[in-house]
Amino acid sequence: MAFDSKIPKGEMNEKWNDYKGHVKLVNPANKRKLEVIVVGTGLAGASAAASLGEMGYKVKAFCFQDSPRRAHSIAAQGGINAAKNYQNDGDSVFRLFYDTVKGGDYRSREANVHRLAEVSTSIIDQCVAQGVPFAREYGGLLSNRSFGGTQVQRTFYAAGQTGQQLLLGAYSALERQVALGNVTMYARHEMQDVVMIEDRARGIIARNLVTGELEKHFGHAVLLCSGGYGNVFYLSTNAMGSNVTAAWKAHKKGAFFGNPCFTQIHPTCIPVSGDYQSKLTLMSESLRNDGRIWVPKNKGENRKPVDIPEEERDYYLERRYPAFGNLVPRDVASRASKERCDEGYGVGTTKLAVYLDFADAILRYGKIEAGKMGDHSATEEALIKLGKDVVKEKYGNLFAMYEKITGENPYDMPMRIYPAVHYVMGGLWVDYELQTTVKGLYALGEANFSEHGANRLGASALMQGLADGYFVIPYTLGNYLADEIRTASISTDHPAFIDAEKAVNDRIQTLMNIKGKQTVESFHKRLGLIMWDKCGMARNEKGLNEAIAQIQALKKEFWSDVRIPGEVNGMNPELDKAGRVADFIELGELMCKDALVRNESCGGHFREEYQTEDGEAKRDDENFSFVSAWEYMGESDWKLNKEELKFEIVKPTQRSYK
Amino acid sequence: MEHYKMNLTLKVWRQKNNQSEGSLETYQVKDISSEMSFLEMFDVLNEQLILTGDLPIAFDHDCREGICGMCSMHINGRAHGPWTSNTTCQLHMRAFKDGDTIVVEPWRSKAFPVIKDLMVDRSAFDRVIQAGGFISVNTGNAVDANCLPIDKKNADDAFMAASCIGCGACVATCVNSSAMLFVSAKVSQLALLPQGAPERESRVLNMVAQMDKENFGNCTNTYACEAECPKGISVANIARMNKEYLHASLNTES
Repeated sequence: MAFDSKIPKGEMNEKWNDYKGHVKLVNPANKRKLEVIVVGTGLAGASAAASLGEMGYKVKAFCFQDSPRRAHSIAAQGGINAAKNYQNDGDSVFRLFYDTVKGGDYRSREANVHRLAEVSTSIIDQCVAQGVPFAREYGGLLSNRSFGGTQVQRTFYAAGQTGQQLLLGAYSALERQVALGNVTMYARHEMQDVVMIEDRARGIIARNLVTGELEKHFGHAVLLCSGGYGNVFYLSTNAMGSNVTAAWKAHKKGAFFGNPCFTQIHPTCIPVSGDYQSKLTLMSESLRNDGRIWVPKNKGENRKPVDIPEEERDYYLERRYPAFGNLVPRDVASRASKERCDEGYGVGTTKLAVYLDFADAILRYGKIEAGKMGDHSATEEALIKLGKDVVKEKYGNLFAMYEKITGENPYDMPMRIYPAVHYVMGGLWVDYELQTTVKGLYALGEANFSEHGANRLGASALMQGLADGYFVIPYTLGNYLADEIRTASISTDHPAFIDAEKAVNDRIQTLMNIKGKQTVESFHKRLGLIMWDKCGMARNEKGLNEAIAQIQALKKEFWSDVRIPGEVNGMNPELDKAGRVADFIELGELMCKDALVRNESCGGHFREEYQTEDGEAKRDDENFSFVSAWEYMGESDWKLNKEELKFEIVKPTQRSYK
Repeated sequence: MEHYKMNLTLKVWRQKNNQSEGSLETYQVKDISSEMSFLEMFDVLNEQLILTGDLPIAFDHDCREGICGMCSMHINGRAHGPWTSNTTCQLHMRAFKDGDTIVVEPWRSKAFPVIKDLMVDRSAFDRVIQAGGFISVNTGNAVDANCLPIDKKNADDAFMAASCIGCGACVATCVNSSAMLFVSAKVSQLALLPQGAPERESRVLNMVAQMDKENFGNCTNTYACEAECPKGISVANIARMNKEYLHASLNTES
């Protein structure tokens, strides 16, 4: 099968310009005849559907939620990076490119990352033009903050709701195209399979989740913007409905899966409180700008955090990584908390938590505010009050969310946090044009594997989703569709559509007919535990082999004993969930296989066998400087293809944040 | 914080589909932890129903962190339940005590027909946005973001209005099923920003016209919407929309 990353020739900073200058174009009259299917309406999907609609293509967009505005991009809190250098602190396209390649632990494709850094600035312009209300300074100009893994302030934000504001911007652009008739929106629909005709993707089978009916939809091209698969761990910060199904069906139809084991475990989430827990909630990384992370120096400490004196606290990130301190990248911060908790220094009832403390920041901000008012004799109490107001303006919604979930007030008491699954760097393998190994089938946003290597930097997911949708796919899709202008719309009575629909229907009937004794949810929880224990923050050969055997057994059990109540012809959330969990089980096995062959530690992938003396990840560039691109061969059978990574500009070095 | 367990009686609206009649059914749940979220309590109930051969209760939910706007339960007569500035998914069981009876219904509004059990169809909101809740700027047309300084107060007010999650609690709680809070939040956001100026008049006229077409009722200033809004969207936005509407009506030749 074709396996070419199609990276343009030429100097790194000229590749994208050259590509755009020579890419094939489709004339307006032909665009009207070309149909494009977009699956998923988060930042990548909504921005792609809106932009392609504006260009004149006939677009059909699908989401499983009741409205495109609810896609999980909406939950992103902290911000979006862009190399604007508005703060005059030395930022540039090159630095954003460099930080992202380094932050990804040298497992991403340089040309893609450079393009991302280049278009980052246009994203901010576009969003502001749409009316996205970013935070501003008193002079009326945009405000920035810093985020983990960087030393410049390049993150644009809207309080702790940046994802919401960006998504509502893209959503409004999408709805405008719906009103103009350029995009047809299918909400409460879920893609069930890709339809292949000869060697190309030509449409999808979707299920109307309200009526239960299967629908056949033709498209000259299919764009999967269906997000990440963190819910394979059951507990994650993803939304309950986030799933891998669209990507997994594409994989089984020939799209290679890239780096499936690269998972991001976010360091600052609210800890698990009990076995009924259905999801985990993130506390934005931006909190690490002002919060200090610590654990007690004494094991088995029972005092309240505020009663533990300064000298008995271990600010372990500041201790281990003096250069970056609390702002080390996510993978490093997560492993450091795990290390402290594993050693017995954890806090809270489960002892699987560390403190994130704002007392110093509150006092510091209080002093600044008092200074502004010329009050140099304010009492500490008054300073704390002033400081709390500042912290509230910056992080108010996050603090309120924390208090709702835990019942504790984080203005007075440090937050308790612990790492949780948050994002997947892995996804469908795509070339420079975002095309998968299946012609006419594209993957955008978190659904693809491309820009973040083995670890994503904070505030880069929003950037990538919008870059792909607004500024990359409008060019690269034209390069494919220019050769499709002679392809008339194919009737959905074509045998390929009929066969695909029948296969989907058969699978649904099989699931319904099992009529077993165990609920879908119980299988999902068991899968999640296997994945978290053996393919989570730390992995080893023995555990991964055990996990593979356990997942295969779980799969057998699922297909013989799952109980799905209700009917096929109508709204049936248990049936929707069963289809997703069945796909997660298969994906889980592939993730473990991928983690098993990667005999090195890099970014979020930490193999216990491969670490330095002081417990840092030990990369092996000689043998593992490649993207794992897995080809589906049959049940539990995959072939590993490798895309060698060549670093022309950023020479791989031991990543150090000390 | 003290944690405790509780046994509860639930009266939940069950309705097969939008063609059928619905009714309140009674269920018992035991050993519910005060640390659970309200929806996790529903998960427990649903697992129980599936294992005893009943149909689980259909309800909308997704992010479970109060931002996607999908969850939508009317709990003991209040949209999103007893806590203020809160969504159903963020309501936690410590709001209840052992022995309580909790009545759970879907949003009630002609514009939001029931799909099944506690799920309703809120696509009317999308159609209101389609009528004008956007700025007509195609991808690639933007100037540098800092070319356009925006007064911080206006920017902050626009952000506050934009934080609406489109859950529909305002409609569900209003005696008239009015969508004025939702619509005015979007109108305000874009009216407060210079980017929104070129379409300022047509936007408010078109969005209000669509709102009426969708069978939402009118506003009689009870302010119940503001009281129940999980994001604290202010009724000042409604006043601003009325001003915008009047201004646009007078300026537009009919």
